[in-house]
Amino acid sequence: MRYYVRRITFYVITLWAAVSLNFLIPKLMPGDPKQIFIDKFLRKGGELTPQMQNSIDLLFGADGDAGLWDQYVSYWGRLFSGDLGISITYYPQPVTELIGQALPWTVGLVGLATIISFALGVGLGAWAGWKRGTWVDSIIPASTLLQAVPYFWLALILVSVFSVSTGWFPRIGSYDIFGFDNGPEWSWAFVGSVIYHGFLPALTIVLSSVGGWLLGMRNMMVSTLSEDYVTTAEAKGLRRMRVALTYATRNAALPSFAGFGVALGFVVAGSVVMEQVFSYPGLGKLLFNAVQASDFALMQGTFLVITLAVLAANFLMDLIYGFIDPRTRNHG
Amino acid sequence: MADDTREAELVTPAADAAPAATVVVDGIAPPDTTPGVVPDVPPGQDQGVPPVPARRGLRALLPRRSGKLTAGIVLVVAILLFTFVAPFFTQDPRSTANERFLPPSAEHLLGTNHIGNDIFAQVAYGGQGSLMVGLVAGAIALVLSIVFGIVAGYRGRFTDEALSLVTNIMLVIPGLPLIIVISAYLQTRSLLVVAVILGLTAWPGAAIVLRMQAKSLRSRDYVSAARVAGERTPRIILVEIFPNLLPLLTAQFLGAVLLAILAEAGLSFLGLGPSGSITWGTILNQASANNALSLGLWWWFVPPGLLIALFGCGLALVNFSLDEIINPRLRLGPAAVKSVRKARKAGVGAGDDPKETVAA
Repeated sequence: MRYYVRRITFYVITLWAAVSLNFLIPKLMPGDPKQIFIDKFLRKGGELTPQMQNSIDLLFGADGDAGLWDQYVSYWGRLFSGDLGISITYYPQPVTELIGQALPWTVGLVGLATIISFALGVGLGAWAGWKRGTWVDSIIPASTLLQAVPYFWLALILVSVFSVSTGWFPRIGSYDIFGFDNGPEWSWAFVGSVIYHGFLPALTIVLSSVGGWLLGMRNMMVSTLSEDYVTTAEAKGLRRMRVALTYATRNAALPSFAGFGVALGFVVAGSVVMEQVFSYPGLGKLLFNAVQASDFALMQGTFLVITLAVLAANFLMDLIYGFIDPRTRNHG
Repeated sequence: MADDTREAELVTPAADAAPAATVVVDGIAPPDTTPGVVPDVPPGQDQGVPPVPARRGLRALLPRRSGKLTAGIVLVVAILLFTFVAPFFTQDPRSTANERFLPPSAEHLLGTNHIGNDIFAQVAYGGQGSLMVGLVAGAIALVLSIVFGIVAGYRGRFTDEALSLVTNIMLVIPGLPLIIVISAYLQTRSLLVVAVILGLTAWPGAAIVLRMQAKSLRSRDYVSAARVAGERTPRIILVEIFPNLLPLLTAQFLGAVLLAILAEAGLSFLGLGPSGSITWGTILNQASANNALSLGLWWWFVPPGLLIALFGCGLALVNFSLDEIINPRLRLGPAAVKSVRKARKAGVGAGDDPKETVAA
């Protein structure tokens, strides 16, 4: 139980830190982001309605003598009421609405691809570790190449081969916008279209992230296999599969689960840039559009939500870790 | 086999901590030593070696010649040479005197881009920018990870709790989106500014690894001895603990360099990289913005990414070999399995061969 209490405390603190960081960044930056933002907005033919003024104050703090602390408190207040301001790129849509549209795409794509990649990497890594000292060792270095490939470049290559040259897969988008004029719907045809469009982006994530899992798991497996308890298990004449799975893999996999957070940051970073290549309508593209248009409200909101999503994923992984490693539960 | 078991015996007690001393032994051993013959130093003598000075730790980075290490170093050095020497022989990468969109030819090895820059010159020169960002960011990340990792691990208690909390928070806050947001606020970004921002966000992973190691080192006898002798904490950290972490630090540094190069490429690809500079990322950005993909101008978008991947692969291969130093089991485990298999095969062969059986 102590383990869970500790982890939950940690995530509460991290949540607070992330939100505070999000609040502070616009205020710490050199220059006058508020003026840039307002100028940009007016140039686009916007009108400073009270609602818009409200949104700007939320982001940069109101003019006048409200102290930083008061701004901070009211920032939290609006956050709790789900107010992240109004986008100027998609005026007058509120930021929360835009993020709500983009979030499922990213969570679906990145989430699924990460799970596939993790399972594949840990599985193959365990196998490669078990087959240590054989020809398999010589293909391991190849996985370092995959690890070093920039996501977005791999995406460019995949697009040029499988979309531009062969035309097997669509180049952009998340579903066939011409086939489904009314937007997303619940039908098999639509799901098929989503999978068809998501295949290359998902393949990019899996290919670029699987190397890391694989290498880490393989090395852990090799280390674990030279532990005395594995030798004992072999000496007892246990079946080889039992030694491989129950004795070695289970223990060797623990660091992969524990190190999930580090790797997830990597995947998210890669995916944010990659979405641009595929024009995939997720959070990464939203963030990029916001940055392009100096739409600071949308940008800050998207960053906050990306952070929250990563925190949630890490938290989930910690819960799973507590479940698979009894030591964490007993010794906190 | 005798060699291996001895090494295993020697190394295992300190496997997670101080392999440097042991590895130096095989590093020095002449390459033509017959395998199986125990090299010069008898096991007991290692304990008599005085605290390993930094230079020996450095030499420990060059253990037995492994194919992986050689391949990695060759890749890294070749690309470094290419980016720093090739620009002397190419055009000015900013020259627009050429025709636009030329395909590769003898004159323009990789053709020209949308404003007539020679792409080969850009790729060679752009590498300097990418590598500089990587090195500076890697160095900053290294210093920060030492502060947050080694100091936290060594000091323990409250310092550890506080520093670890910062590390863990930074670890779960996604780095690249944060960098994107910060970059968006900066109107102009020099190469150095980008490198600093990348360095400031690239350290937590390394800090966690270093903290674990420092934690296990601090309870070693020689560290306790130094403490009892009245050495001050900075000295203990720098003189006693540091050298033993050198292979690990190098690995973390190379990892951070790779991370920074990848992040810079991504950032530049989004148009948020160093303004006015040429890097591999900005070349890819221009290629993508000018439809190189649809037009099939592979010579424009393939080389920069390929160089990033190959350079990163080189770093990762060096790291892989470093891993085998830091954790000798990685080297000894496969070797042991291999020798068992070889022995078994030899045994089978002997059984099959009537002459050998008779002789036996």
